[in-house]
Amino acid sequence: MTRVERYLVPRTIAEAAGGLRDGNVTIFAGGTDLMPQSKSGKAKFGTCLMNIRRIGELRGIKRTASGFSIGALTTITDLRDSPEIKVGFPALWRASDHFASDQIRNAATIGGNLANASPAGDTLVPLLVFDARVVLVSRPNGALQTRTIPMTEFLVGPGKTSRRPDELLTAVEMDAPPPGFTSRFFKFGTRPALDISTISIGLGAVRDGEKLRNVRVAIGAAAPTPIRAPHVEEALEGKVVDGATIAAAVSAADCDIRPISDLRASEWYRHELVHNMLERMLSDVGHG
Amino acid sequence: MSATVDIAFTLNGVETSIRVPVTMSALEMMRDALGLTGTKYGCGEGECGACTILVDGATVNSCLLFAVDCDGRDVVTIEGLAANPLGERLRASFVEHGAVQCGFCTPGFVMQSHHVLTKSPHADAEEVRRGVEGNLCRCTGYKKIVEAISAAERVG
Ligand SMILES: Cc1cc2nc3c(=O)[nH]c(=O)nc-3n(C[C@H](O)[C@H](O)[C@H](O)COP(=O)(O)OP(=O)(O)OC[C@H]3O[C@@H](n4cnc5c(N)ncnc54)[C@H](O)[C@@H]3O)c2cc1C
Ligand code: FES
Ligand code: FES
Repeated sequence: MTRVERYLVPRTIAEAAGGLRDGNVTIFAGGTDLMPQSKSGKAKFGTCLMNIRRIGELRGIKRTASGFSIGALTTITDLRDSPEIKVGFPALWRASDHFASDQIRNAATIGGNLANASPAGDTLVPLLVFDARVVLVSRPNGALQTRTIPMTEFLVGPGKTSRRPDELLTAVEMDAPPPGFTSRFFKFGTRPALDISTISIGLGAVRDGEKLRNVRVAIGAAAPTPIRAPHVEEALEGKVVDGATIAAAVSAADCDIRPISDLRASEWYRHELVHNMLERMLSDVGHG
Repeated sequence: MSATVDIAFTLNGVETSIRVPVTMSALEMMRDALGLTGTKYGCGEGECGACTILVDGATVNSCLLFAVDCDGRDVVTIEGLAANPLGERLRASFVEHGAVQCGFCTPGFVMQSHHVLTKSPHADAEEVRRGVEGNLCRCTGYKKIVEAISAAERVG
């Protein structure tokens, strides 16, 4: 294990960004990923450990001109308790409700879920549905620099993001969805609580009479990162959700996903799960 | 050895200061450094809830919490519920309903159900079940635990 030589507790974003400039820094928020990963040897501490939990500016859900900004330290419990999230972003609310356990939800932050970038990270799937943007702040030479990038650019691979080591993830932003936009999230695990998703699906669309418009589909744990499913979206866009459309959408999923076999499920089983769960969700939408 | 840091926090109502290694968990601090062994080490990875403590009024798994993050906060362990009315009712109800067998999971269940009933005093069985979904019991089969928690409002 690396020897941690320094411990930093910044109070502001500027202070944290300054501290990150010095290189080998490990950030922690809730610790629910970092603590077990460091104990198992999967994650190694840098020479400096930075506790970002005292940065008040990183907490809370704020209204912006175009929608909402969710601070990195917002916990899963905060999301689950938020009427704005429940009403405006039901897929994100559902993902928070199905997340781990009360004790973990009270500690786990949305920033940690994003930065950890697990292919099974549960908030990532709805955030993809809402075309969320990740806000990264650094302080290369005195002045603060902000980089705002789409989720699809942020997520690079399992546990890999395009965040530079000198950047702090400060928030995730979402535009208010178009009028009439409804969204759902479905997570499949082998037990009801405390389960890492075997697969998960997020679905959002505007219902235009019988047809779906502005269709957005995201799938978790079926590729190296949670992904948008453009082929499925195309198969649904502007269509009446009948048996033929559902069948086309389900087979289109094979063009989007690239599941692996691991201890939770085989590649074959994940294909089956995506097919069956997508079919079930779409039939439900067709009837609802 | 990693760096150590001096921290100060309220532990079960008492101002406490201690020097801890920065990589230590709050669970290790409670049991090994402070001698409060009511908080149990079950899995060490967030799966069983035996290590549940209250920090600023919300329950967390102390095995996942960095000890240094307790600095400046209000921390309550099972020892701190000894003289607490709801804690007392919960304990009595667990005994009355036969919800304790080996007892290893009990401190975690009492901490978590204390939190559930504080947030929602008239929680129904379903709310109780959802509330304690992060706590495992290898002995009782949960039925008696859920009954004990649901009845705690009326016991005593
Ligand atoms: C038992 C158990 C069950 C779980 N169940 C689920 C589940 O159902 N769904 C799910 O998605 N996850 C689950 N997780 C994983 C974990 O709880 C989440 O990923 C959580 O959101 C991580 O947040 P945290 O604040 O605890 O992160 P931490 O552990 O503090 O940090 C995680 C990583 O992100 C980095 N980091 C954190 N914040 C920032 C920031 N602001 N800027 C830059 N880097 C940062 C850290 O350096 C670290 O690498 C579970 C974990 C456990 C132990
Ligand atoms: S010991 Fe902490 S959850 Fe099991
Ligand atoms: S009583 Fe033995 S683990 Fe619950």
